[in-house]
Amino acid sequence: MEAAVISDSKQFLVFRLDKEEYGVDIQKVTTIIEKDMAIARVPKTPDFIEGVINLRGEIVPVMNLRKKFNLPAVEDTEDTRIIIIKLEDLAIGLIVDSVAEVIHLSEDSIETISSFSAEVSLDYILGVGKVDGRIVTLLNLEKLIKI
Amino acid sequence: MDIKQYLEIFIDEAKEHLQGMNQSLLQLEKNPDDNAMLNEIFRVAHTLKGMAGTMGFNKMARLTHNMENVLHAIRGEEIKVSTSLVDLLFKCLDALENYLGNIIETGNEGSNDYDDIIQALAGITKGKPSGEPNSLKPSTAQDTSAGGSVHQTANFKVDQYEQNVINKAKEANMNVYQITVVLDSGCVLKSARAFIVFQMLERYSEIIKSEPKVEDIEDEKFGFEFTVIVISKYNAEFLSKELYSIAEIQEVLITPLEAKAIDVDEAKKEEAKSSATTGNLAVHQEADEAEGEAAAQKHEATSRRTRTGKTVRVDIDRLDVLLNLVSELIIQKTRLEGLEGIERTQTYNETVEYLERITTSLHDAVMKVRMVPVEAVFNRFPRMVRDISRELGKEIVLTMSGEETELDRTVIDEIGDPLIHLLRNSIDHGIEPIEKRRELKKPEEGHIYLRAYQDGNTVVIEVEDDGEGINLEKVKRKAIEKGMISQDIANSMTKKEIIDLLFRPSFSTADKITDISGRGVGLDVVKTKIEALGGVVEVETEANKGSKFIIRLPLTLAIIQALLVYVGNEKYAIQLNSIKQIINISPSDIKTVQNQEVILLRNTVIPIIRLDEVLDVPKIEKEQKKQLTIVIVKKGDRLLGLLVDGIIGQQEIVQKSLGKFLSGIKIITSATILGDGNVALILDVNALT
Repeated sequence: MEAAVISDSKQFLVFRLDKEEYGVDIQKVTTIIEKDMAIARVPKTPDFIEGVINLRGEIVPVMNLRKKFNLPAVEDTEDTRIIIIKLEDLAIGLIVDSVAEVIHLSEDSIETISSFSAEVSLDYILGVGKVDGRIVTLLNLEKLIKI
Repeated sequence: MDIKQYLEIFIDEAKEHLQGMNQSLLQLEKNPDDNAMLNEIFRVAHTLKGMAGTMGFNKMARLTHNMENVLHAIRGEEIKVSTSLVDLLFKCLDALENYLGNIIETGNEGSNDYDDIIQALAGITKGKPSGEPNSLKPSTAQDTSAGGSVHQTANFKVDQYEQNVINKAKEANMNVYQITVVLDSGCVLKSARAFIVFQMLERYSEIIKSEPKVEDIEDEKFGFEFTVIVISKYNAEFLSKELYSIAEIQEVLITPLEAKAIDVDEAKKEEAKSSATTGNLAVHQEADEAEGEAAAQKHEATSRRTRTGKTVRVDIDRLDVLLNLVSELIIQKTRLEGLEGIERTQTYNETVEYLERITTSLHDAVMKVRMVPVEAVFNRFPRMVRDISRELGKEIVLTMSGEETELDRTVIDEIGDPLIHLLRNSIDHGIEPIEKRRELKKPEEGHIYLRAYQDGNTVVIEVEDDGEGINLEKVKRKAIEKGMISQDIANSMTKKEIIDLLFRPSFSTADKITDISGRGVGLDVVKTKIEALGGVVEVETEANKGSKFIIRLPLTLAIIQALLVYVGNEKYAIQLNSIKQIINISPSDIKTVQNQEVILLRNTVIPIIRLDEVLDVPKIEKEQKKQLTIVIVKKGDRLLGLLVDGIIGQQEIVQKSLGKFLSGIKIITSATILGDGNVALILDVNALT
């Protein structure tokens, strides 16, 4: 597994999918919005690409993380959010069940793992963080968003 | 040193200088005594000469040099400004503009030497009667020695020591000559050339004096001529012949020197005089500049002011912000037009209409700002073609036209690589080797034409060569070899279909992979890049006659007129200028021919595409429709019928990129944001087959 650079202390945005908690590098998050707009379907795209939305005049593709991680689909709730992340000049939204908080993780509290449950492919995982007795799976955004 | 990066700057500045000179010359004609104007013209000519010399444009440099001589003589009040003189100078400017035009078009000056103009110029400066060598005016190029032409370096006297040496040599029956060597005005490495001259002279003679000094010559601190005094046992004819055999020597003037009695006072006076007269134009230049500085400064200040007023450098990002804002404005304007529940009074309608006109004008203005003439891309090609054709040992002439055609900045950035590839293809594969061309009775030099022109709403760029054309049989064979098609299919393919094979990834019929092409990654990348810009590539080819690649690009990118349609419950947009017609038919009108659904429209068979199938639109339950709506679109020169579920209407929409993530989807070029804030996808008609 490729080792990503984790500097002294990083901040992660924690969100929930199903019963699990996941984290993404806060530096890459530009905004969090409610899922209250129509998502235009785009033909000939993978299943987990829900479509595109109009984000203040910019067209942003949106990925359904449940579908991406092969979790069963559920109805949207009040808490459903779209996390807009920006990698270099590429913007993309991630549909998540809810957004929890922002946590700090120092390098020691992040573990790289060699095996994991079947849901999430190892490729996408930077490591696992432990905070307050909870386990947060840290996602590798570059791998997740690979074109 | 890589000259070509400076070519643009050279062209811009040269254009300005020529423009300036034209105006100045007109002024001078009206006021022949206007010294300031004269100095201005002289300075500009001098600058141009330097610029041209640096860029290797020797013909230009030579012409300007000769112009300089004339202007110099005018400054020295040797000749008067007359109408015929001004006419001649204008002719020079025209010639220079021709050179520059050639440079802009082809990257080199062209072959015209304008010898007639140069002769005329030389004729004016030649044989001017010296009269009295009045005061030590540095600008006076007097001719006191033998010979009728003006040679500044020849005008020096020997001091008494040197005269002594000469006398002794003469006693010993040696020849003493004063030799003035004039280098070709196109000579770039003057000191090197001078060194060769010295070397040769030293083989046959002894050099006792040189003007300017040897160190100055080594440091290239001289104009185009120098004079030496030599003692030799060879005669003038021999030395002259030897000198003329050296390249880049324009003129050799040999004067025998006699033994002379030495007059001390005379010698001193002469020395003082000779040191004042040097052959270095730069010195004259500085002296004159000091004179005319005050007058010229004002002039320069104004010209500099106008120069900065002409162009402004703008960051591309700022232009993008501007364009984005204009786009947003248009979206909101459209929204305003579509609002429900507003009382549409006369004033309201007028205001909205006016708003529409203003936003359209604003959009046009901003788009114009982003437009760049294609010459920005074209101007590096002549050199490239020349280099590659040299490398391959082929003679190729590149003719370009339409460089003033403008394209959006982003398109310009992207179009370079595909064009380079097409040009390389033409040179490498298209144009045959010289022997083969001779065999075929074609002219030995291959021709490549690069044309750009506007055609309605598109810009067309053509790359044409008169080479061997595309060998269709070879293409078929390669395709079968690679397993791309079977023999049966190959047999039934049309010419167009065979050519299309070339654009598939990894296809190449080159037997060898050269540095330049043959790796088979070229044409499909060309096609992808062009299509990413919203354009198309077509090929026309004929065996042994040549091939023509035609690239069509949309003129304005962002805002287009479109037809909004329903496919299922989803809204899609089709570019209006692709649409030929909208018709209603009944389901029974659709026939099937060889597994393809078609309709018959005025004796033309038009294939039908069910958009809901192509776009994977979720089916909605409806009763069987009695009427079907078909949108007939143009694809190149063919027609297609698109089956839609409803027409919404015509609308001006802003094209928004789907972003890098989704840019690879073939059928969708981009998206747009509708008045209601929802997103509609814009269909790419060309991707539908």
